[in-house]
Amino acid sequence: MSAVTARRTPSAAAPGARGDGVLPWLATPALLVFAAFAVLPLIGVLLLSFTSWDTLGEIRLTGLESWRSVLTDPGLPHALWVTFLIMLLSWAVQTPASILIGVFLAGRQRYRELLAVLYFIPLLLSSAAIAITFKALLDPNFGLGAGLQLDFLNQDWLGEPGLAFGVVIFVVSWQYIPFHSLLYQGGVRQIPRSLYEAAELDGAGRVRMFFSITLPQLKYTIITSSTLMVVGSLTFFDLIFVLTEGGPGDATRALALDMYKRGFQANLMGAACAIGVILVLVGLALALLLRRLGGRDPQASQLEGA
Amino acid sequence: MTATQTSRAAEHTAASRAHGHRRRKKGASQRPNWLGGLVGWLWLGVVIIPIYWIVITSLKTQANYYMTNPLVPPADPTLDNYRLVLDLDFPLYFVNSVIVAIGTVIPSVLFSFMAAYAIVRNGGAGRFLRFVNSLFLMGLAIPLQATVIPIYLMIIKLHLYDSLTALILPSVAFAIPLSVLVLANFIRDVPKELFESMRLDGASEWKTLWGLAFPLTRPAVVTVSIYNALQVWNGFLLPLILTQSPDKRTLPLALAAFQGGPYGVNVPAVLASVVLTILPMLILYAFGRRQLLSGLTAGFGK
Repeated sequence: MSAVTARRTPSAAAPGARGDGVLPWLATPALLVFAAFAVLPLIGVLLLSFTSWDTLGEIRLTGLESWRSVLTDPGLPHALWVTFLIMLLSWAVQTPASILIGVFLAGRQRYRELLAVLYFIPLLLSSAAIAITFKALLDPNFGLGAGLQLDFLNQDWLGEPGLAFGVVIFVVSWQYIPFHSLLYQGGVRQIPRSLYEAAELDGAGRVRMFFSITLPQLKYTIITSSTLMVVGSLTFFDLIFVLTEGGPGDATRALALDMYKRGFQANLMGAACAIGVILVLVGLALALLLRRLGGRDPQASQLEGA
Repeated sequence: MTATQTSRAAEHTAASRAHGHRRRKKGASQRPNWLGGLVGWLWLGVVIIPIYWIVITSLKTQANYYMTNPLVPPADPTLDNYRLVLDLDFPLYFVNSVIVAIGTVIPSVLFSFMAAYAIVRNGGAGRFLRFVNSLFLMGLAIPLQATVIPIYLMIIKLHLYDSLTALILPSVAFAIPLSVLVLANFIRDVPKELFESMRLDGASEWKTLWGLAFPLTRPAVVTVSIYNALQVWNGFLLPLILTQSPDKRTLPLALAAFQGGPYGVNVPAVLASVVLTILPMLILYAFGRRQLLSGLTAGFGK
């Protein structure tokens, strides 16, 4: 059904294109796949949020019932709060660290290039592999703390709500700081050296130069990187799913995980789709907000921001 | 649209000029950056210790794992864990991951390239292609993971549930927006005169696409392919919801299942499986580090 509606559009619009009529056809395969497996599901998530479906039986239209159950469930504000905290804290940890490491790596000393080879290894690992590794490392009985007999390391890391939350923030940072350092490294290398030379002639110190030149020049990199961090943190799923499964209790049950659990574990697909709609709306709102803050459209900041 | 494109092109050339300028002056004096250095070395430890630990622990016997210092390599390294993991269908999961990665990367990159070419050559003239372009840009801002339930429903209706094709189709769709954006960026850098001379020679758009634009932007194509391959290789959510049978698992899902299953207590074996899943990416990294890193920031850090 989707393919039919999608296919009708290009032929209808093709005469609108100037000159060679073949160009619209070149875009058609990508458009069809994207329409079928991204746009249609996006519409579908909204439609399904007005239904009830337990994955086995019929899909029944039930109006606002799913929404009512989701919006009155105290689980929703909790999941929103957890998502917000993860977003805020992971941003606050990652951004300063990534900027410092990025500036450090932008230097062209040979040993730094070697360091960079090692730094970026976490980028290659799947969230599942990372979560499994840290789960084993932090095991209270057989993990690093027990093995080294270091008491401060020997906590029930994933069993206490506060600690588990901290672990999630730490592991997220472990996984993504390399990526953001890479962005900042690129950003710093774009800053014209002449700015620093002029500042040096004026007798500015390193700290002064960092705050007066490096940081302002990195503005668009900061916006790009923050957008990616913030919008990306909405969809942390794999890591939390494997690391804590939202626990202990509901301490790390963020929105994406909440959606999965309602849908695929509690078989409340309508309610899960309502959460999905909320996720999409929050994501769009954040992207627009950051774009407003940046004063440039996301396309441009994607292109030149870093 | 055309105006913004030219200004973007101008900014780009300005940026590359600044780039060359900086290169020439790189010998300028530099005082040591103590704070950056401190954070840098500290973070190196934070990154390396877990990886080092994974590798040495995967070479220990289970009994040794409980008794020895976790950070000291085993006195008698053993490959038994790897043998165990290889006997437990990991080669099958590996093949599944390879099939899904190749099955996603080839169509997504080819389709995206064609679309990017059309969008750039169109230059904002045709309404349809302008619409396609903004649709893909919108796709960048939307967390597509939020749409997995309708995807699940569609895959069931298409009778594709529990197949590798089920993983490939949405992965291709999810890969398209960023791929089109990055590829369009690079196609825009191909000098207009080359397109013009192809046109004067009577070459069709199809021929210009594959004969001129594709070879000239090959590095970008490689970059985008690597980025997409890595995303799919590490993908977890789609395999989790769209497959069921153990023999359809891809590596990340197999890892999670292995750790949660009866062998989960055998930490060295679990870590051996972790090493096996990251090995292909490490090899790729060793041979094509630059391509891979530029691939990871593609579209953000060009």
